[in-house]
Amino acid sequence: MSTDQNILVKLNDAGLQLNNKWLVKGVSLQVEKGKIVTLIGPNGSGKSTTAKIALGIYKKIDGSVEKYTNKVGYVPQKISIDWTLPLRVNDFMVLTESLNKETIDEALSLTGVIHLKDKNLGDLSGGEFQRVLLARAISKKPDLLVLDEPVQGVDFTGEIALYELIKKISDELSCGILLISHDLHTVMTATDHVVCLNGHVCCSGSPMDVAKNNEYKALFGEQAFQILSRYEHKHDHVHTDEGEIKKN
Amino acid sequence: MFDDFFIRALVAGIGVAFVTGPLGCFVIWRRLSYFGDTLAHSALLGVTLAFTMEFNIALSVFIISSLIALILIQLQKKTNLPGDALLGLLAHSSLAVGLVVIGFLTFIRFDIMGLLFGDILAVSVDDLLIIWIGGALILLVLKLIWKPLFASTVNYELAEAEGLNPDRAKAIFTILMAAIIAISIKMVGLLLITGMLIIPAAMARNISSSPQKMVIYSIIGGLLSVIIGLFTSLEFNTSSGPSIITAALLLFILSLFKIKQSIKLKN
Repeated sequence: MSTDQNILVKLNDAGLQLNNKWLVKGVSLQVEKGKIVTLIGPNGSGKSTTAKIALGIYKKIDGSVEKYTNKVGYVPQKISIDWTLPLRVNDFMVLTESLNKETIDEALSLTGVIHLKDKNLGDLSGGEFQRVLLARAISKKPDLLVLDEPVQGVDFTGEIALYELIKKISDELSCGILLISHDLHTVMTATDHVVCLNGHVCCSGSPMDVAKNNEYKALFGEQAFQILSRYEHKHDHVHTDEGEIKKN
Repeated sequence: MFDDFFIRALVAGIGVAFVTGPLGCFVIWRRLSYFGDTLAHSALLGVTLAFTMEFNIALSVFIISSLIALILIQLQKKTNLPGDALLGLLAHSSLAVGLVVIGFLTFIRFDIMGLLFGDILAVSVDDLLIIWIGGALILLVLKLIWKPLFASTVNYELAEAEGLNPDRAKAIFTILMAAIIAISIKMVGLLLITGMLIIPAAMARNISSSPQKMVIYSIIGGLLSVIIGLFTSLEFNTSSGPSIITAALLLFILSLFKIKQSIKLKN
């Protein structure tokens, strides 16, 4: 079947238990080529754990993971790098795959940090480092991108630009993206499929479906519901500068 | 001109320095200096085994050190003791058992000082072959596992997620550690091998801005330490190991001045 060939990674009823406590349980999802799947959920709901299960970082899991590609780019949520290593941005870019200069420069330019290429990794600010992490993940032109809050600490305008970039990369490389994001605006506009987690899959589907879901509403509260429902209506009017509403 | 034994020691030492340079960098990056110590201390058991069984020293040291590394991994899985306590337990008990066994072997004449601190008089042509062939093999394997090993040193999860198999690289690296200890024990002595791994690499860290540079400087530092140390050893009749390590220490102290400069430049 043609749809099956597009699957990059598939979780079947996957879960992880640590010290007799379930971090996440019964997650089934799949990421296909050219599609963006977003995990949302409150803190501690198992989003990062689910991403790591999909990546094969955890070995002793419940259920199963089927991974159909080894060309993976990963932006972890937390990264602890030991500064006993003399590591420049340039060295970090070729960490898991050898790349030529043009490819490295292109990726660093796309995320706006080409000027930092020869800087020591330890001297970067949080937002700069985040941009380097994203550049590294996309530079190897992966089939599957796993982005765990990829724009944390990035300034506001940068955030929008980076999300646009992520969307563009997904279209251009037709790679699948598993995204973890707290930014509901992005989730609603750029995502193909949303999985709402709270220790288990509380609901999933297209952004619209999830927005209508009552469990989602209970989990995120009325405000989040309103943010999402903004995208539900068709724009049949525009707001003029004077504050009046004008019908199309 | 120099005596044959000195030329042999020099050639052996140079061979050792080429291997300890890059391995030492990983020992520092992965915080394995105490692990290296443990393997080195257990080497004494290997030496006694070699004497009683009339076996090749390097080979038996390699076997015993690998065995101790395996035991360590098992203990880490099975007990709740912290890693450093386990390392201390294995290091000192294997050293103690080794010394006790030597006490029983009254029929063999042992040069304990030579074992602990190295003896340039003891380097034979066979040892040279072991050092250069063994050393070349270690470097070859290290080159093969460099990418996964280095990537997982920087960040384990990134390496695992992007399909580099860091666990395998780590296991192979442990074997390489046992191998370098086995081939350098006669030269530097088992109490000082970790010094030979760490000090040139630490010196290199002070003056380098990239991992590749650190490896190169570490090799150069090791070579200089061996050459200076051995000439000192010949001139003043000191043990070879301590002389080499002292030379390495002097280089390290010199490298501190470079740090001071670069900090000044930054401000």
